[in-house]
This record gives sequence, structure tokens and C-alpha cells, in this order.
Amino acid sequence: MNLVLIATLSLGIIGAISAVILYFVAQKFKVYEDPRNGQVEEALPGANCGGCGYPGCKGFADACVKAESLDGLLCPVGGTPVMKKVAAILGREVAESTPKVAVLRCNGSCNNRPKTNLYNGAKSCAIEASLYGGETGCAFGCLGNGDCVKACAFDAIHMNPETGLPEIDDEKCTACGACVKACPKMIIELRKKGPKSRRIFVSCVNKDKGATARKACIAACIGCGKCAKECPFDAITIENNLAYIDDNKCRLCRKCEAVCPTGAIHAINFPPRKPAETESVSES
Amino acid sequence: MLKSFRIGGIHPPENKLSAGKPVQSVALPKQAIILLGQHIGAPAQAVVNKGDSVKVGTLLAKAGGFVSANIHSSVSGTVAKIDQITDVSGYKRPAIFIDVEGDEWEESIDRSSTLIKECNLSDKEIIQRISDCGIVGLGGATFPTQVKLSPPPGMKASILIINGVECEPYLTSDHQLMMEKTEEILVGITILKKAIGVDRAVIGIENNKKDAIAKMQGLVSSYPGITVCPLKVKYPQGGEKQLIDAIIRRQVPSGGLPIATGAVVQNVGTAFAVYEAVQKNKPLFERIVTVTGKSLKSPSNFLVRIGTPIGQLIEAAGGMPEDTEKIISGGPMMGKAIVSTEIPTTKGCSGVLLIRNLESAREEMSPCIRCAKCVSACPMGLEPNLLAKLSTFSNWEKCEHEHIMDCIECGSCSYTCPAHRPLLDFIRLGKGKVGNIIRSRAAKK
Repeated sequence: MNLVLIATLSLGIIGAISAVILYFVAQKFKVYEDPRNGQVEEALPGANCGGCGYPGCKGFADACVKAESLDGLLCPVGGTPVMKKVAAILGREVAESTPKVAVLRCNGSCNNRPKTNLYNGAKSCAIEASLYGGETGCAFGCLGNGDCVKACAFDAIHMNPETGLPEIDDEKCTACGACVKACPKMIIELRKKGPKSRRIFVSCVNKDKGATARKACIAACIGCGKCAKECPFDAITIENNLAYIDDNKCRLCRKCEAVCPTGAIHAINFPPRKPAETESVSES
Repeated sequence: MLKSFRIGGIHPPENKLSAGKPVQSVALPKQAIILLGQHIGAPAQAVVNKGDSVKVGTLLAKAGGFVSANIHSSVSGTVAKIDQITDVSGYKRPAIFIDVEGDEWEESIDRSSTLIKECNLSDKEIIQRISDCGIVGLGGATFPTQVKLSPPPGMKASILIINGVECEPYLTSDHQLMMEKTEEILVGITILKKAIGVDRAVIGIENNKKDAIAKMQGLVSSYPGITVCPLKVKYPQGGEKQLIDAIIRRQVPSGGLPIATGAVVQNVGTAFAVYEAVQKNKPLFERIVTVTGKSLKSPSNFLVRIGTPIGQLIEAAGGMPEDTEKIISGGPMMGKAIVSTEIPTTKGCSGVLLIRNLESAREEMSPCIRCAKCVSACPMGLEPNLLAKLSTFSNWEKCEHEHIMDCIECGSCSYTCPAHRPLLDFIRLGKGKVGNIIRSRAAKK
């Protein structure tokens, strides 16, 4: 009985002393954390995709709290609504951001771009690109092994077995930019989503001369410059035999799409073309 | 006991089908396509324009930097255009297209076959001549020879090692060259010795070329300071670092240059090119190419003018067999599969190999079973399974820490893997990324 008492007492005393030491140590080395950090993190989507450029949502939340203003800080997944919530927590202002979406700038489907050789190595675009130019005559286009599909944390990219090209789901894409980084050919670009998801872009990155590009892929941009001449807003530039549409200048008039001889310019989510409508847009 | 490198190595079937076939000349192409980037380093800058007429040996392009090499015309005719063409890498690169008319050589080139042993040039003059003639390492890596012969300050060469190993299966071009141009190679070695200021040279030859060893040993006695060293048949015996280890038992430090061991390594083909450049004033515009394959009618060794399309070589060897699935420029271990037969030969093209569909099929990749065969095969003492895994996880820091940059891309790991994992493909990817990281870090400093 005595033995039990001694054991209980001695353990109890050791426990009490340790508790006191721990209390003072904890006080001494206490790290103050802004409670807003947690609140901001709560407001973020929590996907930890890294699209903002910070290591996960926690890193971004810390950066938001620390920063003087929210300029240059953007969660591409949440977009303006989420940034507004963050601004409200921190009592700061936030500018309206334009929502973006990933677009695939390659039109080299199996039909448009015939294969000239077969690749039977490891199924990875990065490895294939490190070995050679690819299975077709176009050394710039999509390799079709789906590195972008693997990179997407939002299930927004899927390979289309018919075309051999990835397809991006506008609804699911959050413009985090993971696929842009994953693509070794730098085909995927983040562009403005546009009103009603309408957007126009050159779906090709081939910098070869027109004849060579056309030989490799019937839907390649041949750098003819017709679109640049047609564009009333000066939004199209031709560099290295390749047209590029600046989405800040483009007003979605669709004139360039109409004149492109190879169909390399894609206009997405537009209603079927009616002559009257195109005129009215161009007048505005 | 034959000498050999100490770590790893494999022994693939040798398949030297074209061994002993005398070197034949190939007909001149109708149009020669001469790439501007035929060597490691900066591409050469073209000095001719469209419409210029050129002779055999005319300078077409000047070295575009310190690590770069001159490029000379291999044919006579008119420059048709300077345009892009798909090269061995599968990407488009600039090249000079020459429409061939006749076969007129520059007067300065000595076309006689008499052996000139005496060389009265100083070491500086020899290196200058080598640089002018655009000589690059003909073993396959195509590193400009003049750079290798001028060691960085503070480093001194003590031995010249001549690489006559030819450890790649199928290839026989160096073997045949050693048989036919033995004396010329030995004179070339004497010149190289003088250029780097060493009095000792060793020719390493793999023991499956007994006739070449015997022939060399019979003739070296009249060339002081040169010895022949037979080596064990093991791949990659001909790797620069492996050869140094085999012959002088020294290891090149990680990230260091081979000159740190006091050795300068040159290929036998390079030694012959040096002989021709210094004694005959002949720039490097032709080389011996082995054209081989199991279904090919007559596997042969051809003397090829640089810029001849590979398809023409295949025609000369009896035409493309129907069961050809893959064409490789180089040997089966380190060569590159090419996408078109219109690709021109370059200074570094030692062979053209036609692989049958049976042999080219890849086995399905299965999970790593941790058998460590790749570890025991790696001649650099690396852990290929670990590097491949780190590379797939994009863990570049760890890759660098595990010495991924020491990989010589010999392919022994992929060859030996029982799970058919393309280990080298993964490692090469990581090597590229880590190389970029290291370069950008050095640029920041």
C-alpha cells in the first residue's frame, strides 16, 4: 500500500514540475501567428495546386497577410470572388482580375498531321521531347503522351483518343498553370476566358516556313499574314512564320478566323456564323 | 589477365557483321547537305552564300566560338541554298546544300597516298592546323580536337591514350581503319604526342580485334614511345573515363575533366584525320561509316563524304531490307534512331544500323524488382534505379546530389534491366534538367 502511495506521489510531483517547466518554455519560445493567416487559408480553395506561385494555399495565405497590398497576388483557381473574400478579411482592396483558361495551341490531330515514324519508348512527353522531335513531321506540336493530363489537379484535361490531342474542360479548368509547366513543347497557354467563354487564338506553334509546316500538318499556321492584315485592332503579330493574337487587343470580331487559309485560328463558343452578326460586331 | 575498367560493364552480343570488309568508296551524292552543327559546342557560321561555287575542301563555315569547329565542303559544285533540315535529333537545324558538279579538289590538298613520316611543325602550328582543318573527335562525341589538345592553365598532360576500342556492337569502322591505315595512324599519334608535349602514347584495342592488335604491335617498334594495350572485351570499354581507368588506373574526378588524370584521349579515327590534316593538308570532310544490319545484303565499311544522305549508304549496301523497323545512326547502344533516310551523314556518324522488327520491339515495362542489376552494370558507379525514380518524381536537387551529371549515357542500365525499364531515358531527362539548373546557377554567380 505504501509502495503504491510513493509511486503515485513521486510521479505526480515529476509531472507537476515538468508542467511548470513546459509552461515557461512555451511562454518563452511562443511564436506569434497572425490569426488572419488561418482565416485567409480557410477562404482559399485548398487545392494546393501552386498556381499562385507559392508552395500551397498556406504559403499563399502567409504571403497575403504579410504583403502591404494585394497587387500581384492572385489565386487563379478562386479568381476574383476568392480574392475579394481575402481582401475583406485583411481589410484591403483588390483589383478585378480577368478569369483565364488554358488553351491548347496545337491542331495536329491524327487526320491533320500524319505520323512519319513510331515512338515506342516510355510514355511521357518530357522523355520523348528529350529524345527527338516527335512522331510527325512537325517538331513543335503536341506529342500526345499526356503529361498535361497527369499534371492537372482538377481533372480538367483529358486525351481525346480520336484526335490524339488533349482536350481542356472550360468548366473545370482553373488556370493554375500546372499543365503549362508540364508541357515540354510549350503548347498550352493561359489566355483570357473572354465573355461567355468566347475566345479566339492561333491553334499552332509551328515556327517552320509555311511550306514545311503545311507539309507536316494541314492545319498548321503558315505565317501568311492574312489575319494580321485583316485585323482591325492590330492584335495579330507574325513572328518566325507564326501568327499570335494578343488577347488584350483582340475584340473577338472573328475576321481573322474567316480569312485563315488553313483553319489554324480557332474561335470557341461562338454561335454559328450569320452574316448579319459579323457586320454588327465589326461596326462596334 | 587483360586490362579493363574496374566498375560495372556489360557484354552485349558483338555482331560485328562487317568485320574485315575492305573500305569501299561510295558514289558522290547528287546533292550534299552539310549541317552547320556537326560537333559539340556552338554551331559554325556559314561563310559561303547561295550561288557560290566550291571545291572539295573549301571552307564553308567558320567555328562559331571557342568550343566549335570549321566545316569544309566534301564535294565540288554550287551552293544551292542554306536552309533548315531535320538532323539526327529529329529537330530542324541549319545546313548548307551543295549541288554536286564533278569532283574538283582544292590544289592545296595532297591527294597522293605516299606516307609522309616527317613533321617539322611546332606544337602551336600543329594545333592551329588541326583547328583550321575542322578536326573533331571521331569516336562519336565530336568534341573539337584543338580544344582537347590545349589543356586549361595549370593542367599538364603526361600520357596520350588512343582509343581503338570500338566497344559498340556491330560497328567496325575503326577496326577496318586500323587494318588499312596502320602507319598513317601511328604517324598521326606521333604528331598528337608532339602537339601536347608527351613522350608516351598507349593504343587501347579490345581483344576481339586480334588482327588489328597484331598489326599495330608489329609496326609500333619503329615509332618510339608508342605501345599497344589489348583490353578485355567489355562495354563501355571505349568510354573516355573507362579507358583512362583501364589503362592508367586513374579515375576522372566527378565533374572534372579527363585531363585532371594527366591523360588526353583521342580516337584512332581522329589520329588518322590529324595525319591527313597535318601531313596532307586535307580538312575533315570524309570518314569511314559502317553500314550494317542482320537482314542487310552486304554489311560494309564505306568511305563516305560528309553530307551524303544516309539512304544512299543503305542503297550502296544492298538496299533497305523489308523487315527493317528502325534505322540507327551510330551503334546500337549509344546511337540515335533517325526519322528519315534523307538525314545527311555528319562528322560524328560512325555507323548506320538497320534493326529488324523482331529486335526493335520493346518489351512491356514492369515495376522495378530491386534486383540491383543496373547498379552492378553502371560503369560510373551510380545507382540508375534511384536516379530514374528521382527523375520521374522531379526531385532535381536529390538527382544532383546523387551525381546524375556523372552519367555517361552508355545505356548499360537499360540493357541489363530485367523489368525492361527504360532507365536511361528517365536519367537523361533528369540530366538535362539538372544541367540547366547548374548552368543557370553558374550564370547568376
